[in-house]
Amino acid sequence: MPAKILVVDDEIAIRKLFRNTLERAGYAVVDAMDGRAALAVAAAEAPSAILLDLGLPDRDGLSLIPLLRLNGDAVILVVSARDATDEKVAALDLGADDFVSKPFDTEELLARLRVALRHRGVSETTQRVVRKGDLTIDLDRRLVCRDGAELHLTRKEHDVLAVLARHVGRVVTHDRIIAAAWGGDEDARIEYLRIVIRNLRQKLEYPGPVGSVIANELGVGYRLRGDS
Amino acid sequence: MTTDTDRPSPEALLRQAAQEGRGRLKIFLGAAPGVGKTFEMLSEGAERRRAGVDVVIGVVETHGRAETAALIRGQEIVPRRAVAYEGHAIDEMDLDAILARAPRLVLVDELAHTNAPGSRHPKRYQDVEELLAAGIDVYSTINIQHLESLNDIVASFTRVRVRETVPDSVLEQAEIEVVDIPPDELIERLKDGKVYLPHEATRALSHFFSKSNLSALRELALRRAAQSVDAQMLEHVRALGVGGTWAGGERIVVAINELPGADGLVRAAKRVADGLHGPWTALFIETPRTAHFTDEQHRRVAAAMTLATQLGAVVATVPAASVVEGIRGFVDHARATQLVVGKSRRSRWFELLHGSVVDGLIRETAGVTVHVLPMEEEARGRARDWRRGRTGWGAPSGYAITAGLIVVITALASALFHVLNLGNVALLYLLPVMVAASLFGLRTGLFAGIVSSLAYNFFFLPPVGTFSVNNPENLISIFVLLGVAIATSQLTSRVRAQADLASASARTNATLAGFLRQLSSVNDPAEAARMICEDVSRVFDVQTLLLGPMAGAGLTVQAASNPAYRLDTMDLAAANWAFDNGSSAGKGSGTLAASEWLFTPLKAGERTLAVMGVARDDAGDPVRADQLPLLTSLIDQSALVLERLRLETEMRDVDAVRTRDRLRAALLSSVSHDFRTPLTAVIAAADAMDHGATPELIATVKSEAARLNRFVGNLLDMARVEAGALKLNVEATDLSDAVAGASHDARRALDGHDLLLDVPPDLPLVRVDPHLLHHCLLNLLDNAGRYGDPGTPIVIEGRHHYGQLRLSIIDLGPGLPPGREAEVFETFRRIEGSDRAIGGTGLGLAIVKAFAEAMGMTVEASNRGDDTGAAFTLVFPTNLIVRTAAPESAI
Repeated sequence: MPAKILVVDDEIAIRKLFRNTLERAGYAVVDAMDGRAALAVAAAEAPSAILLDLGLPDRDGLSLIPLLRLNGDAVILVVSARDATDEKVAALDLGADDFVSKPFDTEELLARLRVALRHRGVSETTQRVVRKGDLTIDLDRRLVCRDGAELHLTRKEHDVLAVLARHVGRVVTHDRIIAAAWGGDEDARIEYLRIVIRNLRQKLEYPGPVGSVIANELGVGYRLRGDS
Repeated sequence: MTTDTDRPSPEALLRQAAQEGRGRLKIFLGAAPGVGKTFEMLSEGAERRRAGVDVVIGVVETHGRAETAALIRGQEIVPRRAVAYEGHAIDEMDLDAILARAPRLVLVDELAHTNAPGSRHPKRYQDVEELLAAGIDVYSTINIQHLESLNDIVASFTRVRVRETVPDSVLEQAEIEVVDIPPDELIERLKDGKVYLPHEATRALSHFFSKSNLSALRELALRRAAQSVDAQMLEHVRALGVGGTWAGGERIVVAINELPGADGLVRAAKRVADGLHGPWTALFIETPRTAHFTDEQHRRVAAAMTLATQLGAVVATVPAASVVEGIRGFVDHARATQLVVGKSRRSRWFELLHGSVVDGLIRETAGVTVHVLPMEEEARGRARDWRRGRTGWGAPSGYAITAGLIVVITALASALFHVLNLGNVALLYLLPVMVAASLFGLRTGLFAGIVSSLAYNFFFLPPVGTFSVNNPENLISIFVLLGVAIATSQLTSRVRAQADLASASARTNATLAGFLRQLSSVNDPAEAARMICEDVSRVFDVQTLLLGPMAGAGLTVQAASNPAYRLDTMDLAAANWAFDNGSSAGKGSGTLAASEWLFTPLKAGERTLAVMGVARDDAGDPVRADQLPLLTSLIDQSALVLERLRLETEMRDVDAVRTRDRLRAALLSSVSHDFRTPLTAVIAAADAMDHGATPELIATVKSEAARLNRFVGNLLDMARVEAGALKLNVEATDLSDAVAGASHDARRALDGHDLLLDVPPDLPLVRVDPHLLHHCLLNLLDNAGRYGDPGTPIVIEGRHHYGQLRLSIIDLGPGLPPGREAEVFETFRRIEGSDRAIGGTGLGLAIVKAFAEAMGMTVEASNRGDDTGAAFTLVFPTNLIVRTAAPESAI
């Protein structure tokens, strides 16, 4: 049985487009045009994933996220034309799994959806070994190998990579990474994170292009690109 | 032949223009009560009403007469308003109701009526002024004895002084209809009881209604009406520029003094001026004596000056050492032809001693006709008052020092007597006399003269040891000593007085000059308002407020010497009245005097810009009468400054509007062009897909849609910049990260170009807003993709040297027009002269510049050294570069 996706958007053209795209990709689709309908459909249909527009006619989409989270285990993907960074961070903090900005690249949207569904119901991957291209990240043994050869990482590089790997394919906000890797260190600043990421990229991506392994989400956080 | 005099006089044309839009005033003028003015006014009103004119009755007194009451029937009457005064209600004309009703014509009886205290204006004629100003025609009535300038004359033969007067200027703007019946008939009507007289006044008035009085009053009324026709005729002639003969070139000056009856002087001058049709000036000469005036005298001068202003005179205050000198100087300067002065009935003795002002004037102002009016002398007690204040008896120490000096001189002369002759001794005695007279004033000087002559007589004149003089020649020495005392003290006191006057005048000038110097350097209206308030407050030691109009909020306080001050309803009413009517209101003025503040308008031409309020903490008169001229100067200068600032702001606003309009036009044309082009491509491609989707069609739809998306992004960004709504979220940012993100997002715009990244991985972090930087880079890459020749690579180059970080985007193409590189950053600027049609709103580079500057960066445009393309460089100054090297443990 195909996974069921709930599309929440007030524009009929967008709903139609999603329906086409998603059905072609093999999903079952239900939709809702406002917040109230979204809650009702989510309760009745128990979808596996929800594509949520933030600009709804009856209420702010952000306020819908905790309610949807409470009443089901659907993956929530925010799809919005708003591109304010603090709104994205807020959406993630409220429990959204990922976000995609309008206008979006259809292939990218489907890829994100696939990743999110794969980890549905678990806030972190249970996989202890994450593979990405020729890289192998062994979370338990704190080992990173490339083509079987071990890469030497510092402790902080390990910590940062580990938190990204546990949420592979999903964006992790700066604050969460810093909290996970530096803990209660009050001096910890985003500069440190930038340096660590830069060093990680040197070790993991070179000679490929910058961002091929660790993607930067402007002003929000980082994402370890998943295999898709 | 056209001569200068045939040309329309600009003043006359201005006056005519000022009349336009105003209501017309018609006055029914009578010689005495009972001639039938009200009846006549009502009849004419009724006639106009029948002719279809919108007529209402503002206020009419029928005094119970049946014929009059009959005329009122059927006419619309605006109900009167009850004003509470000392426990009972007084009915007054409801000015606001009439203004709200806005008829074409309103009938207002008894123009000279005094309103109940607490009304907006003390006088009804001021209500009428306001009605006229609102464009409403007014019919009104008045008796000749209520006319200001005739007040004295009427009182002189009827022995009834009327307190309710109306300024002549009111009559001058009116059409006058004389309501006339022969005196005999009027007396007849009086006997028949047809004339209403207030009961308490009957006895006094019966004398008033004698035949001779009525004849005289009738003559006055007819003459006044004729004069008014004459004046209106002249006005007409001047406005049309029709040549004619009238007594031209007469200039009248009236010298105001502090004596009772100064107001009579002003009225007399007004009559002279009217008779000669000449401009007139009321002049007050400020002498050292002015400083010793009593409050009463100050008030009298101020009242006379105010009256003169009301009657249409120009007023001037001139400082001078003496009255004669001041008047002569002014008369010369103003080339006056007529001089009106008052002569007090002083004692002959006083005139012998001080000389008569009038005699001095007649001697010194040749060619000027001098009119002299007798005036009452000041009550004696008061007169002595100031004289004592002026010279005084001198300090006791002065007498002691003088006596000591004389003792010393006497001792010295005795010691040297064997070598001196008598004459030399007398000379020695001059010393204490001169010292005493110059240091301690006239009386001490006289004392020294007397004591010295006595000592000289006693100790040195034979027979020595007695006060008798046997040689009459020696008497001369005694007189010389006394004479020197008088002359010296007069001389020094005059010099001192002149010095005082000069320093007072210098102070005034210095105040004005300092005020102006300060204000001229101010460019901000709020700052100017604050400065004006503070300066006026400091100079006059009063509380000040400056109120100006605020869109949607009416008159609001813009600055105040004490921000804690609050205005109550009465104060605000006075302020608003002063603003709306362009003349003073509040305490010490003729309007809404119950307010504690005096509000004076700041006017530039006909336009009132603001209102200045002054008040004293102890609720006394805000400004002393003798300081009014200085206050007026300061306020006039302030008005000029505010006007200058207002004009400057207006110019700037016009400029801003023009720029905005230009931008809007450019935006519209660019939006319609740049949005329709990709839309057309998308629609055409979608249509073509009906016959099967080819990869080219799909690519077209994708790239054109992406282009459209970019334009929208830029428009949003630009709107944010223009609205000043740019919010910075600055964080440490890795440039290699930023470049990677931007080149990923711009990959479609860079189709056909290779991207060469030359950004060293060890560049320091920079503190910027990652979003804004991303948009900067997107636009620069987009620009390079459009202007770079197809197939050529685009280079992104990061360099760190001399403390700066420079990030350049370099293309290979036509480059920028030399010398005009900086222009590319202007909104809607696209490089002209290019033979390729290149899409783009011309917003991109302007956004780059705005964003970069918002983040504290700069952006440079230049051509490559070998002129093979353009280079755009983002420059991160030292302060944006993150220096902290993270501790080893932290990374």
